[in-house]
Amino acid sequence: MNNLNIWEQFMQQAEMRWSEVLEATSVHIQLVFFSMLIAIVLGIGLGILITRVPKLSTVVLGGAGIMQTIPSLALLGFMIPIFGIGVNTAIAALFLYSLLPIIRNTYTGIKDVNKATVEAAKGMGMTSLQVLIKVELPLAIPMIMAGVRTAAVINVGTATLAAFIGAGGLGDFIFLGITRGIDGLILLGAIPAALLAIILEIFFTYLERWTTPEGLK
Amino acid sequence: MIKFEHVSKVYTDGFKAVDSVSFEVPEGEFLVLIGPSGSGKSTTMKMINRMIPHTNGTISIDGKDITKLNPSELRRNIGYVIQQIGLFPHYTIEKNIAIVPELKGWDKEKIKDRVKELLIMVDLDPEVYGSRYPKELSGGQQQRVGVARALASDPRVLLMDEPFGALDPITRDQLQDQLITLQRKLKKTIVFVTHDMDEALKLGDRIAIMKDGNLLQIDTPEKILQEPASNFVEEFIGKDRIIQNPELMPVVSVMTTRVVTSLLNLSPEKALLMMRQQKITSLIIENDLDDSFIGLISAYELIKKMNSIQSIEEILIVPEHTLTITATAKDAIMMMPSVKYGVIPVLNEAKKVVGIVTRGTLLTALSSQWTELEGINE
Repeated sequence: MNNLNIWEQFMQQAEMRWSEVLEATSVHIQLVFFSMLIAIVLGIGLGILITRVPKLSTVVLGGAGIMQTIPSLALLGFMIPIFGIGVNTAIAALFLYSLLPIIRNTYTGIKDVNKATVEAAKGMGMTSLQVLIKVELPLAIPMIMAGVRTAAVINVGTATLAAFIGAGGLGDFIFLGITRGIDGLILLGAIPAALLAIILEIFFTYLERWTTPEGLK
Repeated sequence: MIKFEHVSKVYTDGFKAVDSVSFEVPEGEFLVLIGPSGSGKSTTMKMINRMIPHTNGTISIDGKDITKLNPSELRRNIGYVIQQIGLFPHYTIEKNIAIVPELKGWDKEKIKDRVKELLIMVDLDPEVYGSRYPKELSGGQQQRVGVARALASDPRVLLMDEPFGALDPITRDQLQDQLITLQRKLKKTIVFVTHDMDEALKLGDRIAIMKDGNLLQIDTPEKILQEPASNFVEEFIGKDRIIQNPELMPVVSVMTTRVVTSLLNLSPEKALLMMRQQKITSLIIENDLDDSFIGLISAYELIKKMNSIQSIEEILIVPEHTLTITATAKDAIMMMPSVKYGVIPVLNEAKKVVGIVTRGTLLTALSSQWTELEGINE
C-alpha cells in the first residue's frame, strides 16, 4: 500500500470510504451549523446589548477576546468536564470560538452608523427600538455579515478538531490518517473540509451583497 | 406658542450650558437663536424637543409642560432639521420624507400625495428625485429633502439647527430665500439656530443673542442693530452690519434737516435770492395754514424760467414720491432714481417736512459709515 503515491492513496481510500465521508461531512456541517446558529443569535444579541449598555462592552468584548486566544484544542478540552464527550461539547466550544467576530462586528457596525442619521431618527420621534430596527441594524448589516462570514470560515476549520473529543466530522479521517501514516486518508478529511470552507465563504459573500441596503451599494 | 420659564441645563459635572433663560415664541414667529460657539444656543433649541433634557425651569408648548408629554410623541409633532441633514442612506427620497407620517400611521395614499406635494414645495421634481437615494443628490438638494421631511406631518413648530451651515454660499442663499417664501405661506413657529449674523438678520422676525448660557437680548433685527443691549451684542453684530443692510437703517440717518421752507406767495426773485444765500437747490413750499407740505421749487427750473413766470406756483413741483419718517434708507435708495431733481421730502404724521434726502445726503451718510468702518478695521 505504501508503494502508491499520495493521489492513488487518496483515490483508493475514497473508493473504500465514500459513504463514511458523506456521513462525516454531514456531521461536520451539523457541528458548524448549530454552533454558528447559536453564535449568530447570541453574538448579534450581545453586540446590540453592549451598544445600549456601554459599561458592559469592555467585559463582553474582553471575554470573547480571551476565548479566542485559547488554543482551539485546549478549549475543546476545557469543555469536556462540563458537557462530557461528544457532539454537545464540540458545538459549545465552536460556538464560543465563533462569538468574538460576530459580537465585535455587530458592535462596531452599529457604532459606525452616522451619528447625524441616528440623531435625525430620534429627533423625528422614533423610539429606541425603532431606531435600532429601522436605522442601526439595516445600516450595520454589511459589517455584521462580514463578522458572520469570518466566524463561519474559522468554524469549519476548527470543527475538524472536534474529532479529538469524539464528536466525529471530517477530522476523523485526518487523525486516522495521521496515526496510521496514510497521507491519502488525511486528504480525504482535509479536501472536503477545505471545500466546505470555500463554499461557505462564497455563500456569505453573496449573502452580504444581497443584504446590503440598496442606497449603500 | 413656546414658553421658557427660568430654564437651565446643568450637567452632572456642574457645567451650566444654559442658565435660567426665559422667553416666549409666539405662534407663527421666526425666532433666530444666535451666539458664539458654546453660548448654549443649540442646547436651548434641543431642549424644546427634549433631545437634550433641561434640568431646571419649565418649557411649555401651547401651555403644556413638555416633560409631561411622551418624548417620541412630542418629537413627531415638531419638525427637526439638522446641519448634517441626516437623511437615511438606505431609504429613497420618498421614503425619507414619509418617515414621520408612517410613524404616525397615516394611510398609504395620503402619505404618497403628501410626499409629492412636499417635493414640489421644495422645488424637486417628484418624478426625477422621488425614487433616488440620498447619495445621488447634492448637499443643497439633500437639505431641501431635509426641510421637506421636517414638514411632512405639517407640524406647527419647526426646529432648525444651523441647517444651511455646511452649504456653499450660493446654495445657502437660495435655500434661505426658499425658506422665507415657504414661511410666508406656512406660518410655522420656527426656532432657528445659527452663528451667521447675516442669516439671522435675513430670516428672523426676532433674534435672540446668547452668550455663556445667558440670553442677552431678544428683539427685532432693527432694534438689535439700533439699540444693542450691551457692548457684547454691539460687537457681535459688527459695526459694518448696518451699512450692509440699508433696510435696517432709518431714513432719518441719511437725510438732512437743513430745510428751507417758504410760502407759495413768495415772488420768483425773492425765491432765487433766498436759495442763493442759503446755497440750496430746492426750496420746500408749505401751506400757510398748518405748515403742511405742498411741493418744492427747484433752483434750476427757477433760473431757466425766471423771465417767463409771474409766480413760483407755475413751476411748483408736487412730488409723486415722499417718504414717511418710519421709512428706511433702503426705501430712499430705491426711490432716488425715479425722483425729479433728486430730492425726496421726508414727512411726519402731520405731513410736515422734517427733512429731505438728496443724492448728496445719501452719499455723505453711507460714505461716512464706510469710512468709520475703515477706521475700525485698521
